[in-house]
Amino acid sequence: MKKYLSFFRLRFLMGLQYRTAAWAGVATQFVWGGLEIAMFRAFYQAEPERFPMTFSATVTYIWFQQAFLALFASWMLENEILESIKDGNIAYELCRPIRLYPLLFVRGLALRMARASLRCMPILVFAVLLPEPYGLRAPFSLGAFAVFILSMVLGLLVTVAFGTLIYVITFYTISPQGLRLVATTVMDFFNGAVIPLPFFPDRMREVMEVLPFAAMQNVPLRIYSGDLWGMDAVRAIGLQMIWLLILAAVGQGIMTRAQRKLAVQGG
Amino acid sequence: MREGIRLYGRYVSISVRSTMEYKASFFLNAMGQFLVSFNVFLGILFLFQRFSAVAGFTYSQVLLCFSVFLMEFTLAESIARGFDTFSGMVRKGEFDRVMVRPRGLVFQVLGSRFELARIGRMLQAVVMFVYGVTNSGIHWNGAKVATVVFMLVGGTGLFFGIFLISASLCFFTMEGLEIMNIFTDGAREYGKYPVNVYGKRICQFCTFLVPYALVQYYPLLYLLDERTQWWWVFVPLLALLFLIPSGMLWRVGVRRYQSSGS
Repeated sequence: MKKYLSFFRLRFLMGLQYRTAAWAGVATQFVWGGLEIAMFRAFYQAEPERFPMTFSATVTYIWFQQAFLALFASWMLENEILESIKDGNIAYELCRPIRLYPLLFVRGLALRMARASLRCMPILVFAVLLPEPYGLRAPFSLGAFAVFILSMVLGLLVTVAFGTLIYVITFYTISPQGLRLVATTVMDFFNGAVIPLPFFPDRMREVMEVLPFAAMQNVPLRIYSGDLWGMDAVRAIGLQMIWLLILAAVGQGIMTRAQRKLAVQGG
Repeated sequence: MREGIRLYGRYVSISVRSTMEYKASFFLNAMGQFLVSFNVFLGILFLFQRFSAVAGFTYSQVLLCFSVFLMEFTLAESIARGFDTFSGMVRKGEFDRVMVRPRGLVFQVLGSRFELARIGRMLQAVVMFVYGVTNSGIHWNGAKVATVVFMLVGGTGLFFGIFLISASLCFFTMEGLEIMNIFTDGAREYGKYPVNVYGKRICQFCTFLVPYALVQYYPLLYLLDERTQWWWVFVPLLALLFLIPSGMLWRVGVRRYQSSGS
């Protein structure tokens, strides 16, 4: 366990190095958030009665989504890892006295957390300072905030577990391009990155909400804004836990099989 | 001039042939381009399952706006990809080689890359365009067809100017400025709706500073008969004025250029 922790620390510190890129990211995310909110405002003004969430819950959802983009972004798969699986350099990792699945998992976790911790604060502070109804609201309640943190951690772990599963499958497909493409597009659509899940037609939303993708950013962001609460929130968090276990077990399982009959490319 | 066009044709053909050496990669790339903007489309589709209009525009009118804008962006991007990836050229010192050749600099950078894989996105834009045209209830006539053509010309020029600016900035910073993504990728993403959807201030910004509105929102109003004076047909061409400051910045940059030395 200790070696994974120190590996996490190492990768986390590495992730903190890119400060200029982080500022550019902050500016971009801020503009994105503003435009997204302006767009939903236009829909809200036209037909407020058809809005599935309250307007301020939507605003809060969007600001959090932008602030913590690095935690949940679909495209944050490391090319370095995908390439090393393709060109065989991953064999060096296999020589070490550590297990590969947790190693990849920890690496993804460290990268996302490092990027998010550099970027989230300026966006959150800006967003809090904005006037009603465009600013970030205080949490729904103190209880909601505690549940939100729990759900946020689970959402992050599910996201990382899904990313690690992509790495693991790459051991079989070798070429990462196609898989990566399909995985990120599907993930963006189903996890609420394109539009928040409540905006989908009801029948469709019911199906989407039990998929693993809904267990990523959808649950914590909606809990914070008060859109998801009570028994619904409990059920959603339960689903997050189940999906985390399933994704991790499947990932580890495939990894074990892959390692047993691994053919390393190149010399 | 004629020779220039022939030479550009050769540049493009070299680019295309080298892309085609890796067919699987090309195919996946094209599909990727398609999928990314397909998600944007799905976002619009499902919002309109719930809402009937936004800022006075219906679903098919929004699609028309999105598709033309996407075509403008995609045309500019496939042509001007050399400027989009210009930081690499500066950093690797390749620009020195460009400078000693007896041809225009802009011309050579233009020819350095041509992205055929953008065809995936183009295909989607065309399909949406056809849907938008047939369902928007527009009464077509010669002037309106001309408006669409001018939108494409003006918009491609505008995006080309933006790519030129972000390349010019590389002369000063030696690396690409991520901030510029707001005006390229951000516009591609949020240009899906007519800009007045985003409110008055943003609409003003997009009229006078970076004139997206001239190739998107205003001509759309003309197409929908909400503006009727004849001169609205030519409004999209005004966006080409944006090329003046961007060309000037490019010149200042070139004059300042010091080789990175490798």
